Amino acid sequence: MAEIVAKVKRDYIVSLAQQDKRTDGRALDQIRQASIKKGLIQTANGSARVKLGKTHVLVGVKLGKGEPFPDTPNSGILMVNSELLPMASPTFESGPPREESVELSRVVDRGIRESETIALDKLAIKSGEEVWTVFIDMDVLDHDGNLIDAAALAAMAALLNVKPPEDEAWTLPEFPIVQRPVAVTVAKINGKLLVDPDLEEEQVMDARLTLITKEDGSLCAMQKGGIGYFTQEEVAQAYSLAKEKAVELRKLLG
Amino acid sequence: MDKPEKLMVDGKRLDGRAPEELRPLKIVAGILERADGSAYVEMGNNKVFAAVYGPREMHPRHDAKPDMAVLRCRYSMAPFSVDDRKRPGPDRRSMEISKVTREALAPVLFPELYPRSVVDVFIEILQADAGTRTAGINAASVALADAGIPMKDLVASVAVGKVEGTIVLDLTKVEDQYGTTDMPMAIIPRKKVITLLQMDGHLTGEEFSRAIDLAFQGCQKIYEAQRQALKEKYEVRRED
Repeated sequence: MAEIVAKVKRDYIVSLAQQDKRTDGRALDQIRQASIKKGLIQTANGSARVKLGKTHVLVGVKLGKGEPFPDTPNSGILMVNSELLPMASPTFESGPPREESVELSRVVDRGIRESETIALDKLAIKSGEEVWTVFIDMDVLDHDGNLIDAAALAAMAALLNVKPPEDEAWTLPEFPIVQRPVAVTVAKINGKLLVDPDLEEEQVMDARLTLITKEDGSLCAMQKGGIGYFTQEEVAQAYSLAKEKAVELRKLLG
Repeated sequence: MDKPEKLMVDGKRLDGRAPEELRPLKIVAGILERADGSAYVEMGNNKVFAAVYGPREMHPRHDAKPDMAVLRCRYSMAPFSVDDRKRPGPDRRSMEISKVTREALAPVLFPELYPRSVVDVFIEILQADAGTRTAGINAASVALADAGIPMKDLVASVAVGKVEGTIVLDLTKVEDQYGTTDMPMAIIPRKKVITLLQMDGHLTGEEFSRAIDLAFQGCQKIYEAQRQALKEKYEVRRED
């Protein structure tokens, strides 16, 4: 269910982009004001809130015990889930997760999983029988565009906030985080590439490309969305933008 | 499936292919009776059907758009298509693949030609061996053309990956599972633009640009096979 953008608004955004400008006065390579607050939720093992402009995401991490997957008997389990709460946008409805929410969860999951952010191999309790399960639940409270970057950042911040559970089965000194991947989404509007699209920009963009990079600048996950396309040069340009912006966002993780 | 000792031996892959070689490819256009358009694709051990219905009236009505057609894609895996039986019906993975498939195919269509209608694309994976979404896109693209739907071009798709440090084309299941990286991509060959790009694993900047180059090359070959399949069905042979 998409929100409707007036044609004048669409034309305005496109013509501004043509002059390297944006409706909120940002440069094309400028991220909105971003802030992170960790540890707001006492009932979670770790939590963080990210505000990216008016987009607002709260992530809680819970540790639980579960049975390992048969093919990885000594590895902890990572579960990432997102809720596009009806309070976050007039277009979100309650009910089972839809495509948009499934994509959000899966892209964030991929960034954390593929970069091996959490040393899951240290989270076995009893080989083949019991392992720690890391549940990352992402609540979208306000949707003003670029949910992927905001949610990925909040998930990373919440993981860094995890305190070991008070449980005999927990033997590690701390929660084993070894990477800090950061997602940067680049939108394409009429041939121009811009970072951190807001909601209106998302509604008029041709396509977006999310690039998740590690601290050494290498890629661990990507996702293209939208019904437009990218040239090879645009992909290369998006990658260098993503590397540059990831450095900025990573600083906020503390 | 156990991890083989090595995935590459003397520069060759376990199935004997060179790194930049595609798996055997078979494409047949117009293989189903009822659908408006259809195709069957084998990419290595993947066996995939795609069917297209439409443009037709949209149900439910409120999903229709007053000024254009809607493209709807459903990617689905048969329960018997993988080693452990897959629970039938959509899961999170197939929902995401349906979405990226739609976004990969939509750029070649002319939705403004068919207001208020829907074009339905159904993809069924009968046998899976890594790269099912790319095989599905290749089949769907031929099926759309077979349905006579106006298109700017076909869409061709293939995955590249990294196996023991080497960038390789068109991964098998073993390579996908035990390799480091999987990067499915789809392109519009005539425009040389990318309509699907996903990645998980690890790539340096240099490997990334090599991977994209290789995917373009692979897609080009698939494109030729797609065109050939359509020609085989529709070419008018003069008897003289």
